[in-house]
Amino acid sequence: MKTLNVNGKSVQFDGDEDTPLLWALREQLGLTGTKYGCGISACGACTVHVDGEAVRSCVYPVAAIENEKITTIEGLSKDGTHPVQQAWAELDVPQCGFCQPGMMMAVAAMLKDNPTATDADIDETITNICRCGTFARVRKGIHLAKKKL
Amino acid sequence: MNKLIKDFMPSSAPLTRRNFIVGTGAAGLALGVLGGCARTSDDAAIDYSALPPNPEVNAWVHIHHDDTVTVRVARSEMGQGTATGLAQLVAEDLECDWDNVTFEFPTPGESLKRDRVYRSFGTGGSQGLRGSVQYVREGGAAARLMLIEAAAAEWGVPASECTVSKGVIAHAASKNKTSYGKVAEAASKLTPPSEVTLKEPKDWDIIGQPKKRLDTAKKLTGELKYGADLTFPGMLTASVKDCPIIGGTLKSHDAEAAMAMPGVKKVLIVGEAVVVVADTWWQANSALEAMPIEWDGGKLANYGSTDVDALLDEGLAAKDSFTGNKKGDVAKALKGAAETLEATYNYPMQNHAPMEPMNATALWTADKCEVWCPTQNGESALSAVAEASGLPIEQCDVYKTILGGGFGRRGMSDYVTQAVKVAKEMPGTHIKLQWSREEDMLHGFVHPVTKATMRGGLDADGNLTALDMKISGQSILAALMPGVLEGSGGMDPVVFQGLLPSGGDKRVEDQTMKYSFPNVHVHHAMRNPPIRPGFWRGVNLNQNALYMECFLDEMAHAAGRDQLEFRLSLLKEEPKMAAVLEAAAEKGGWGRNDGKARGLANIYGFGSYVAACAEVSVDENGKLKMHKITAATDCGHAANPQQIEAQVEGSFVYGLSAMLYGEMTYKDGQPEQTNFDTFNSMRIAEMPEVETIIMPSGGFWGGVGEPTIAVAAPAVMNAIFAATGKRVRQLPLKDQNLSV
Repeated sequence: MKTLNVNGKSVQFDGDEDTPLLWALREQLGLTGTKYGCGISACGACTVHVDGEAVRSCVYPVAAIENEKITTIEGLSKDGTHPVQQAWAELDVPQCGFCQPGMMMAVAAMLKDNPTATDADIDETITNICRCGTFARVRKGIHLAKKKL
Repeated sequence: MNKLIKDFMPSSAPLTRRNFIVGTGAAGLALGVLGGCARTSDDAAIDYSALPPNPEVNAWVHIHHDDTVTVRVARSEMGQGTATGLAQLVAEDLECDWDNVTFEFPTPGESLKRDRVYRSFGTGGSQGLRGSVQYVREGGAAARLMLIEAAAAEWGVPASECTVSKGVIAHAASKNKTSYGKVAEAASKLTPPSEVTLKEPKDWDIIGQPKKRLDTAKKLTGELKYGADLTFPGMLTASVKDCPIIGGTLKSHDAEAAMAMPGVKKVLIVGEAVVVVADTWWQANSALEAMPIEWDGGKLANYGSTDVDALLDEGLAAKDSFTGNKKGDVAKALKGAAETLEATYNYPMQNHAPMEPMNATALWTADKCEVWCPTQNGESALSAVAEASGLPIEQCDVYKTILGGGFGRRGMSDYVTQAVKVAKEMPGTHIKLQWSREEDMLHGFVHPVTKATMRGGLDADGNLTALDMKISGQSILAALMPGVLEGSGGMDPVVFQGLLPSGGDKRVEDQTMKYSFPNVHVHHAMRNPPIRPGFWRGVNLNQNALYMECFLDEMAHAAGRDQLEFRLSLLKEEPKMAAVLEAAAEKGGWGRNDGKARGLANIYGFGSYVAACAEVSVDENGKLKMHKITAATDCGHAANPQQIEAQVEGSFVYGLSAMLYGEMTYKDGQPEQTNFDTFNSMRIAEMPEVETIIMPSGGFWGGVGEPTIAVAAPAVMNAIFAATGKRVRQLPLKDQNLSV
């Protein structure tokens, strides 16, 4: 049994600690907003925050977590009003939406570190895959979110 | 009463809001209503949820007491915005308040019980809107007339004296006023009108507006449940490994080893696939990964991409071919040409790779089989369920979720069949079958592989006199629906998307060639490698546009003519095609002398006219930078311009990912690409700026999800030539040296 701090709450995880955080979140804790897309840290659909840092949870074992605070898309804001969520809503960014929780978590972490992120910063930091191809609106969304920070 | 209108009549057992939602979202999952809306009823004192639900007005329209309008959407929503677009079509002729609109998916089983009232559930070929526009609008219009009639009857006034605006019905003389929600129950009991008149385009105020999507909110909080996210009490989860070798079989596996792993409940064999069922997917997949499995390769154990190449090259050289388009005497014209050109291009196999790997959740009991899944065709999935379950189709149903991408892959039901077969072994237990990304990539239905040799002739003045286009390669229909080719002597007309003459095969009338060539022959040597093909966003328009548009660029260059002027000279009889090309060129800075290289492409496909102007540069190391693509679309009527813009931008990512990286290669009878590390996809850093010009000329409904994908790659490749003077004819570009 391991205690994890997820979205501001203490939760008990009683599975194998080799389990990647992604599957602990999805299958033990019922937080299915974090998605499985590749399992090899290539696509970013599973991005969550560990102590505010963007982490690809599909290759991040529960065993590696000590007291860090984990934030998932469900905990990004209480009511969907994080600046990134607001910008995404305003611009209708998602298409199928499956990659967007990971995309938004990656963007939110970037803007926390770098609230004035430039296009070059975006190109370097945001490497999530979106097969629907929302990149044009993701970029606009990031610049809009900056204004709402 | 015509058949169409009769279908709108409530059935003897009306599909009420309550039983509908229970029906579509068992176990308390409110899958039924997917889009949020703000209810605008003026009477806050009434607890509407305490009232018995209204019956539906008709199959397409349900109106709640509080005026919430729920539009039924039979087509699938996979990101392309079809659900919102279809709701706009219904709402327009219903004359309701758009702010009160939401949508839900009827089930194919329900549709079957009602004489297929919802018609096609198929979501492909960019048909979502254009294929249903007439009947869904008639559904909205019929409901409007019934609602007005109900109000008029209540007031004892003629319906013709009543007016309606935003779901509020009024009768001026008697000063009566009511809202749709209050008369919906009475309206549901009326006989549907025998005919309806649809609103004229000039009167539209919902169609054509850049309405926000109805399904965005839940996508921003993680709340939306995709197929992969479903849970049910007592549910078990399955991971699968099917034989990765084409035509191979399972030789041995160690079920005991897997059974000893934590959480594992069962190991079973479905066809040639090993399936592990466990409490969680992570446990199931870990056990599967740890399990020793041996495959027997069979006849194709040594098959690979060199064999595919050889087959296609043989096809290019061979004399046999199906003719798709023929005019004049190409051989004679080529002989008499002042200059001839020849070039061979290729388009490799692609994986669909939607972000959500294939999955389906099935519950089988002796008298019922239910499946929850992301599918592009609810009815195909239902057929698959019936067949795999061994139950009559009336005892089966499919509950659709929003799809985490489809792109054609989810029109197939192989994963649905697999889930049902597993569930049948474990009666009474929900089984969520989830493919790993590797399984998804190893068991795709690839974009068909082709090559084309293009031969062209120019006269002394640089006019194109002849074009011979010989395509060699794979036919999707020959592999997936060979029966439909019987009527055409084995020819697959879909291979010629964008290249066919007008007035030919009706199935592809929306895929005809708009160029007027004095002599032309387009023909196909069908060569089918033993690798299953499928419909991949854009389908055969992708390579056909690339072959045609890149080669015409070569011809224009050889003729010493401007690429825009050269193309326009061949489009004199097609003003709509010429108009989009000119618009893309003009806004894209064609002819501008600013140090950037530009390329053009245009095509007619899926019923729409599209063109693109790409702007690129290539540095001294051969590194490509795609600065901008300007794209013009004439889709006739534009239901939702902001969603069209999103589709154009998105189609470019899909098409350009294929151009840059996409290639499924085979070795030892199996794919060499198994995940995004080997099958790469474009990232935001590579994304060009996209300017979308929507120029609806009216009078027709063209597709939107697919056409523009086909012009992205050729426009960029022509721009690369303009930048480097080097003609690249082989894809993907990752393997090409672009340095000058």
